Amino acid sequence: MARPQLEKKERLKIPRQDMPVQDPLERIRNFSEVALGFTPELAVAEADRCLECKKPLCIDGCPVGIDIPAFVAAIQREEFGEALAIIKKDNTLPAICGRVCPQEDQCEQVCVTGKKYKPVAIGRLERFVADVEIASGEIKMPDQGVDTGFRVAIIGSGPAGLACAADLAIRGHQVTIFEALHKPGGVLVYGIPEFRLPKAVVDGEIHNLEKLGVEIRCNFVIGKIATVHELLNEWGYDAVFIGTGAGLPYFMGIPGEDFIGVYSANEFLTRVNLMKAFAFPEYDTPVEMGSRVAVVGSGNVAMDCLRTALRLGAEEVICLYRRTRAESPARLEELEHAEEEGIDFRWLASPVEIYGDDNGCVTGARVQKMELGEPDASGRRRPVPIEGEQYDIEIDTVIMGIGQGANPLVTQSTEGLDLNRWGNIVADEESMATSIPGVYAGGDIVTGAATVILAMGAGKQASKGIDRYLRETVKVPQGARSTA
Amino acid sequence: MAELLKIEEIAPLFKRYLVHTPEIARKHRAGQFVIVLLHERGERIPLTIADSDAEAGTITLVVQEVGKSTMEMGTLEEGSQIEVVGPLGTATHIEKVGTCVCIGGGAGIAPLLPIARALKEAGNQVVSILGGRTEELVILRPEMEAASNEMIYTTDDGSFGRKGLVTHALETFVEERGKPEIVIAIGPAIMMKAVAEMTRPLEIPTVVSLNTIMIDGTGMCGGCRVAVGGESKFVCVDGPEFDAHKVDFDLMMKRQRTYLIKEEEARKRFLELHECKALQGTEAS
Repeated sequence: MARPQLEKKERLKIPRQDMPVQDPLERIRNFSEVALGFTPELAVAEADRCLECKKPLCIDGCPVGIDIPAFVAAIQREEFGEALAIIKKDNTLPAICGRVCPQEDQCEQVCVTGKKYKPVAIGRLERFVADVEIASGEIKMPDQGVDTGFRVAIIGSGPAGLACAADLAIRGHQVTIFEALHKPGGVLVYGIPEFRLPKAVVDGEIHNLEKLGVEIRCNFVIGKIATVHELLNEWGYDAVFIGTGAGLPYFMGIPGEDFIGVYSANEFLTRVNLMKAFAFPEYDTPVEMGSRVAVVGSGNVAMDCLRTALRLGAEEVICLYRRTRAESPARLEELEHAEEEGIDFRWLASPVEIYGDDNGCVTGARVQKMELGEPDASGRRRPVPIEGEQYDIEIDTVIMGIGQGANPLVTQSTEGLDLNRWGNIVADEESMATSIPGVYAGGDIVTGAATVILAMGAGKQASKGIDRYLRETVKVPQGARSTA
Repeated sequence: MAELLKIEEIAPLFKRYLVHTPEIARKHRAGQFVIVLLHERGERIPLTIADSDAEAGTITLVVQEVGKSTMEMGTLEEGSQIEVVGPLGTATHIEKVGTCVCIGGGAGIAPLLPIARALKEAGNQVVSILGGRTEELVILRPEMEAASNEMIYTTDDGSFGRKGLVTHALETFVEERGKPEIVIAIGPAIMMKAVAEMTRPLEIPTVVSLNTIMIDGTGMCGGCRVAVGGESKFVCVDGPEFDAHKVDFDLMMKRQRTYLIKEEEARKRFLELHECKALQGTEAS
């Protein structure tokens, strides 16, 4: 049944396959997933575009080093299960990463086909094979090492924690994840909206983790109910991984920020995604949003807020960003989706004051026009205010999507843990070890706000460091010692 | 999940819950709180911890039924399971300073109890001023009496103790006995504001415990932010206790009203559904 091999020229003739999406006019009224995924035909056609380079660059472009040419070749052969197995060697959460990874900055950016043509849609292919397995209902679990008796505590059930947990469980260690909220998944459940990452996909991946024997304890705020040192010294854990993410919302520090109707992106998204405020009063958590909404910032989180506001019924949704579209940190796909949906983007605009009425409710904002000046430390041209160029807008809701910092709850309660000046944990790049023996860290709590895949990569990386530490330094599990 | 071991009505619309949460009970310090979630569709509600017993592995919550979720909690039966997370917030700073006046109003008496007890145990002279609209709403009197050296009661209608507000009682106390070393006031925002305004000119250090709208309780959402000394602070992690003289109570009270309309809608809806169920129950029996 093998199809004839295509010549390079023939491969390059195939156009990059578009992924079917919900119609913009339709989708702004629902929370269902926007991108619908490849059909098998589209997936094979897209896979055929891969040149199977002798020296593939895409693998190096992937933060977790997936053997991309091999899995794409398996799709060419229509061996979708085999393709997924190849991915799963390096990535335990393919259905999630296929959806939310910024492939255009990673594997697809360096794709050889992409040098002259459009790159192979690696992310869409990854998502496709993961979805095929989910739809089949038969999830193939990886082989697990024999029980080592070592116990590892993981703080935070976001992408870093999940990836670290999966790899440690596969290596035979007993893993407990402590999650502060009542549902596991971290930013995957409270932050990223349903229309971009269906919660059923996240639940499925977490369920798989539990099948590997990982214990998830929700409603546990480490730093409060137990400190990191207590986990090691009293709770019997041989090692700890901190993957608490970037959970401290930034505000701008402008007048009027405490008025009713000003939300942090975290609060707005948590109310809607985790607490399902869109279904109030069937669900008890409300969200108070008017008809004219401004979101400050233009990253992926800001895009999520803009598009969520639209789906909640806002008539006008404005994006205020102090730089231009070109500097916008959001994924291009998200930006384009937001544009298609009718978001009013105001580039080079930054609020300087929020107005409110006597009841303390937001009524508007004063916006400062900006221009781009000299490049700053990030290499991007610095936005500078144009003197005298300010205007007022009428709005009733403002959402601050300008970034998140390190949440100090765990770090401040952990004596001896070295932090940098922004409050992020200092961890060894290779092993992810912190200044405390047996304590490892990775993800946004180390790097500052970044991406799901980088956090996953860090979690995986740490699992290797932890594994080595357990086998070479600890040698005998605490549990075995106490019974000896 | 945590089991509700015992539920008792201690005053009209006030229930006391004994909750089995061994880990929280072991860690709880005066001044901290928990967040409770009743079910999958519920909202996360911050509740102060009125008492804890590390040996029995229990904490006590005293809840006033004011909105949909607290009313729904009131319909639960002993043996029910709810989600509880905590202990959250920064514990009260306890040290021996001399005379401490602990002022509690309404539901605020519950979180005051462990604080008064800890202050007394630290060797302070604890004078508690408890107030309510009417006698039966001045809750936890025996417990507060055991945790204090001296009691002063006030009611709005004069049905118990002195007629008037807690601030009047504080004023009289200061006139007769001089300034205490510290005042701790927990109750409705308007009461805490009045206490702060009274003690400010007298320069009596005053601490209040704020109960704002929250979601996660870990500093992640910022919904609970209040202006303290011109700075934005998160009640869940920086508080819940703050220097009363620095808190912008007016802004806080406005923010408390954010969901007023939706809260009322949810409350009405719950009452209608609940009455329907109650009626169906009578028909069936």
